[in-house]
Amino acid sequence: MDRKKHKSSVSERKKEVLESLGDLGGKIYDQLDKGTFPAIDMPSRSTDNIMYDEKLRQFILGDRRVKRSARNVSHVKPFTQLVWAALFSNELSSQRKTSTLRDVYYSAQAYEMTFKDQQESNNIITDLETILGFSREDFNIFPEERSAVFGDLTIEYTVPGYEGKTLNLTSHPDGVLIGPALTSSEFVKTSADKVIAIEKGGLFTRFIEENVHRKYNSILVLTAGQAPRATRHFIRRLNEELNLPVYIFTDGDPWGMHIAMVIISGSANAAHLRELNTPDAKWSGVWATDIVNYKLPTDPLDDMDMKRLYELQKDPRYKDPLWRREIKTFMKIKRKAEQEAFSRYGLTYIVDEYLPQKLEETK
Amino acid sequence: MAQTFEEISAADFFYRNRDIAGFTNPSRAIFVAIRELVENSLDAAESHRIPPEVYVRLSYEGEASQTGKGFNPAEGENEHTLEKEESDLQKPDEREVTQETQVYKLRVEDNGTGVPPRHIPSAFGQILFGSKYKLKQQRGTFGLGGKMAILYGQITTHQPATIISSTGISKTYMYKLMIDIQRNRPLIMDRKVLINKTMWRGTVVEFTLEGDYFRAMPKILDYFKQTAMVNPYANLTFVDPKGRLYKFIRVTKEMPVPPKETKPHPYGVDVELLQRLIQITPYKNMRDFLRNHFHRVGDITAQKFLGFSNLSPSKNPKRLDHEEIVRLMHMLKKFKDFLPPDASCLSPLGEDLLRTGILKEIKPEFVAVHQRKPATYAGHPFVIETGIAYGGEIPARGNFIVYRFANRIPLLYDEANDVSLRVIQAMNWRRYHVTPEMPVAIVVHICSTKVPYKTVGKEFIADRPELRREIANGLREVARQIQLFLSRREHVDRERKRLGVFSKYLPRIAQFSTQLAGKKKVPDIEKLLVSVRKYGSEEA
Repeated sequence: MDRKKHKSSVSERKKEVLESLGDLGGKIYDQLDKGTFPAIDMPSRSTDNIMYDEKLRQFILGDRRVKRSARNVSHVKPFTQLVWAALFSNELSSQRKTSTLRDVYYSAQAYEMTFKDQQESNNIITDLETILGFSREDFNIFPEERSAVFGDLTIEYTVPGYEGKTLNLTSHPDGVLIGPALTSSEFVKTSADKVIAIEKGGLFTRFIEENVHRKYNSILVLTAGQAPRATRHFIRRLNEELNLPVYIFTDGDPWGMHIAMVIISGSANAAHLRELNTPDAKWSGVWATDIVNYKLPTDPLDDMDMKRLYELQKDPRYKDPLWRREIKTFMKIKRKAEQEAFSRYGLTYIVDEYLPQKLEETK
Repeated sequence: MAQTFEEISAADFFYRNRDIAGFTNPSRAIFVAIRELVENSLDAAESHRIPPEVYVRLSYEGEASQTGKGFNPAEGENEHTLEKEESDLQKPDEREVTQETQVYKLRVEDNGTGVPPRHIPSAFGQILFGSKYKLKQQRGTFGLGGKMAILYGQITTHQPATIISSTGISKTYMYKLMIDIQRNRPLIMDRKVLINKTMWRGTVVEFTLEGDYFRAMPKILDYFKQTAMVNPYANLTFVDPKGRLYKFIRVTKEMPVPPKETKPHPYGVDVELLQRLIQITPYKNMRDFLRNHFHRVGDITAQKFLGFSNLSPSKNPKRLDHEEIVRLMHMLKKFKDFLPPDASCLSPLGEDLLRTGILKEIKPEFVAVHQRKPATYAGHPFVIETGIAYGGEIPARGNFIVYRFANRIPLLYDEANDVSLRVIQAMNWRRYHVTPEMPVAIVVHICSTKVPYKTVGKEFIADRPELRREIANGLREVARQIQLFLSRREHVDRERKRLGVFSKYLPRIAQFSTQLAGKKKVPDIEKLLVSVRKYGSEEA
């Protein structure tokens, strides 16, 4: 086959996904064929089975497993939904079509497999992720996209109709949407030597306007708030496949801090999945100490912010001295600052002064 | 000013106080008139174990003649009015003749024993004359209701009542009667003797009265339906003024065992009754007097009692002075060793007939009935029968539907004050997994020689602890049965749902997994479906 000329991570992974879906079907088929009630077991996702793995630097599921059996009257419906979801994913992947969680909910109705609500169908997809160890994006089920990328990176599409076509990610000044077509692309070449992830769209645009990609030789990624899984996986690929260090810039508040942390260490919700986190990524700002050092205009922390800080303090992901120091500082100053706060020193201050200092500091 | 005193007759008394007999307003009056006559007809047939056939026709005669006549007692009569128990009886608005008040002709025919010709005038034209002053369970007790209806008709329309009756002999007697209210005597306006070729037996009563049928209609239809429920061996036919025919057809010819007449029980006597007995007794000593006039008193009990009360067995009862009679009454009530009254004077419906009646009239999915053992209050025996019905044609109204009966009479008014309703409300139904939202009907039937009605109108029953206890126990029994039914049904439902889930989803699992595995032949899951079914039946 022509596409096999470069053994890439993307096409390898697609093959694995299809194989594992087929295996799941075969396993159930064989059980039925032997005249037994089919059963599947998978790691439990209940909170007491979620733990932090120091080595992997992410949450993982423990040893406890749960069994879904078609023998059990309360399991038989979700079991059927699960098999249906696997079949649906199989069709999506093999026909190279994409879909959303919302689509899944509605598509089920065509098979007379109604889900009670969106939550129920989402849970079934999460079950499928847990069983197969692949994330739903691997089955071509995508969330609503809103994050984007910009910078000197040439990619090659693998989606139907675009196979073999390439694109340089500087070609559109608004950035390129990190959607199914982009996440399933192979990386061809880049001149960048780092990745800068940015929480907010306004700053992302400013960075492009100010030529940050060229000045600092970087690929810019807009997370648009909490980064979607596809974006987290994309950042990891930039880090792993291209060996680019990742620097994250967020607002200077507990929520921004946590956006960075999820990119670095993953989330508890995705404990059943791997390769969504980038353990070596760095949170470069805005730190609580930056608020003090740069004398930024601030807002007071409200009750929700304080509550969040106490939660983060207990979180195993926040045990490194830097994080502890920043949490403490937030608690002490009881103030927060947005990225835009640097504008008080002029629009380009953040690019010309702050950014290089922080890149150096968190190198 | 000198006050004048006068004596009034019984007819006059009820004429002035017809409210206490239930003739409160035009709509209530027409309901009560129908009810009283139907009850007399049922009693007349049942007393000789004849399955009753009762035909009732109400036809329109014309506009009401004079506004208010018959409802407003003449002025100056208030000094004779009784203390009334029901305050609403005195509400002035209920006494007014409404626009819908019309003159109707009421005709009630039965196949009862018939009335011997010489008794016809008094039986229908004299208040408080009758065959019902005996101690056994009957619908009527005062010999009042039927005549009150006729009296009411007379005072509202000034027409005589027509009575036709035969005891099944070769002659039929027809009387046209009016009541001389002041003297409480029948006035015979006309009398005919007819040849009875078919040897027909029964009684026809026909008279005109003012009433408001359209307002009374729902209660009247309820009355027939509920009467049919506790008299499943009766044929009831009702033709209303619009010519609509309502038929309630018997489903059995089985009838309850008729009650036996009984003597008064010592616990239930009062001074008046003792004096009457002393007056009529042929016995010359206390021992024979007690033995022969009281229920459940034999030789030994009589002797024990005389010892207990320090009375000489040989004393002539006619020699007892007033104080001794009062003392005798107190001693009778104090003596502990009288046997409780037996229930042979009662005629409960029986569980089978009650079940039959409930199934016939309200067509439930499930019914449980229970008859309590006889009990007594104040020397009067009584039996409680209870029933509970679920589903079928019973609507779910958000509250239990309660059917109350006393001596096979449906009680339709003043439900909230009735002892049965209080017991039902006090019961913890959740314990039996029964909730008011369910389609549930509850039946309580009280049989007694003396039903403790709160009013002469026979609408609701007083809250006596003995009654309350028996009703509660009777309801608990049927509640346990419905609980069993509900939990079984729930189990069957659950099982059906369970099987439904498997037979819905297993084929899909088979189909989806076949496609997913890329196989051609769908695995056979019939065996699995059978095994769930087996599993299910083991559980049951």
